[in-house]
Amino acid sequence: MEQKKEMTDFAVVENRRVAETYVELVLRPVGKLAKVVPGQFAEVRVEGAEGVMLRRPISIHDIDTEANTLSLLVQIVGRGTRRLSQLASGERLNLVYPLGKGFSRPKSTASHILLVGGGAGIAPLYYLAKTLSREEVHITTLLGGRSEALIPARDKFMPLGEVCLTTDDGSAGVQGLVVDHPCFAEAYDMIYTCGPTPMMKAVARSAAARDMSCEVSLENLMACGLGACLCCVVDTDTGHQRVCKEGPVFDISGMTKWYELC
Amino acid sequence: MLEVAVHNLKLKNPVMTASGTFGYGEEFADFIDLEQLGGFVVKGTTGSHREGNPYPRMAETPSGMLNAVGLQNGGVGKFCTEVYPRIKHLHTNIIVNVSGHSIEEYCSVAEQIDSLEHIPAIELNISCPNVKQGGMTFGVDPDQAARVVSEVRRVYGKTLIVKLTPNVTHIAEIAKAVEGAGADSVSLINTVLGMAIDVERQRPCLSTITGGLSGPAVKPIAVRMVWQVAKAVKIPVIGLGGIASAADALEFLMAGARAIQVGTANFVNPRVTIDIIEGLNDYCHRHHIGDINDIIGII
Repeated sequence: MEQKKEMTDFAVVENRRVAETYVELVLRPVGKLAKVVPGQFAEVRVEGAEGVMLRRPISIHDIDTEANTLSLLVQIVGRGTRRLSQLASGERLNLVYPLGKGFSRPKSTASHILLVGGGAGIAPLYYLAKTLSREEVHITTLLGGRSEALIPARDKFMPLGEVCLTTDDGSAGVQGLVVDHPCFAEAYDMIYTCGPTPMMKAVARSAAARDMSCEVSLENLMACGLGACLCCVVDTDTGHQRVCKEGPVFDISGMTKWYELC
Repeated sequence: MLEVAVHNLKLKNPVMTASGTFGYGEEFADFIDLEQLGGFVVKGTTGSHREGNPYPRMAETPSGMLNAVGLQNGGVGKFCTEVYPRIKHLHTNIIVNVSGHSIEEYCSVAEQIDSLEHIPAIELNISCPNVKQGGMTFGVDPDQAARVVSEVRRVYGKTLIVKLTPNVTHIAEIAKAVEGAGADSVSLINTVLGMAIDVERQRPCLSTITGGLSGPAVKPIAVRMVWQVAKAVKIPVIGLGGIASAADALEFLMAGARAIQVGTANFVNPRVTIDIIEGLNDYCHRHHIGDINDIIGII
């Protein structure tokens, strides 16, 4: 049975700046939160931003079932996300959620997994890490960014396992790309990655070459988010698949065409 | 109060959804009761499976969006065996948008859909701007349009709606040509051919360079064309193009549309069709209109 989607009004509980161009929005729905699988996303309606009509697909960063809140990590990239970054506590935000297919679970709880995140792609990995940490999965997190100030939410991963960093300018961690970090060369039962496309492709290529299981979470331009408009497709080994429906998380075993094309 | 008729179709209200924006209806079933709609038009269906155009296929533009999906669909065979059995029980008018690149393909798809008991109509798409020979070549010329419609008419016995492109100088001439060729209704407008450029990357926003513009940006063009066509033909006109509210729908009805389709607005608000139906009811109450047909074509 497929998960039921809903359109719900949320109130902004908190809006805090978490890195140079990122805010975390903590939202509480009118009723009870729907069950969300890590890796799923919401289509967020942006009101009051000139020229913004379509909803913005944003992955779900955290769920706090006790507080009945959902968090979005928003990278300010355009008019829509700028408006979201300016929301005040108490303002209303309309979400269509939970959308898409999330990350799969590692095959056993004794697994050692690697999370590789870059930029806004770090967002869904936190909720995944939090969920898996309850199952005693050994988690290593590898986060990359242009500089230290552009790696959001890294402190949150600390209590959940080792955290490794790479930066382009060397301001934190190892200077270079995520695939250059020594921890990336180790063996893992599963690699989960979300971030800029070239980063995910590099991670996928390496995982495939080493015969490691790997899932990528894609971030294509989207209109409906419901599987109806077919705008967000990715060219997989079995043809065009909808990122909003068959994804956003894809197992790389069916994505050779995608990751081999640089 | 809101019942309308489009040829043999009885609609409980004039609100339908536009092809390509509503999937097969199922995608919206969590948000609305599909049976409350006057009808819905499913995704453009071709003779065989189509992969569509490469990504990127869409770009947001002021008050609208460009798309270049390019008729990605599983083909008519898959529709009949996999999709149809899942939706046929719905008590509303399910209309299949029929696309093709040749007259033979249009006829073959129409014939296969004709055999489906619970599909009372097809919408013949002679106006897709996003594929080469994607129908728009038929839709921009009155003689070509008449030719494909008369051929489909020979093999298709139920309600035949023809979807028109706005990318022409005189849309009423095309409408008259398809009426003469046996169309039972026309729907308009399909998307307006457009283009957008990403100046930072110095390349087109769409993989196909040009694409189809939809959303509120095209509404005044659509209202004008519906008005022109409704004056020119006797068959019922279905209006669409940027409808996002009951007021928008009323503009089309007053311009002469017997029914309307909601497209891009479904992406913004998956419940918008129900909001529009409620808004039409409310409007009729406020204006003491006992029958919505009384305001159709009053302009």
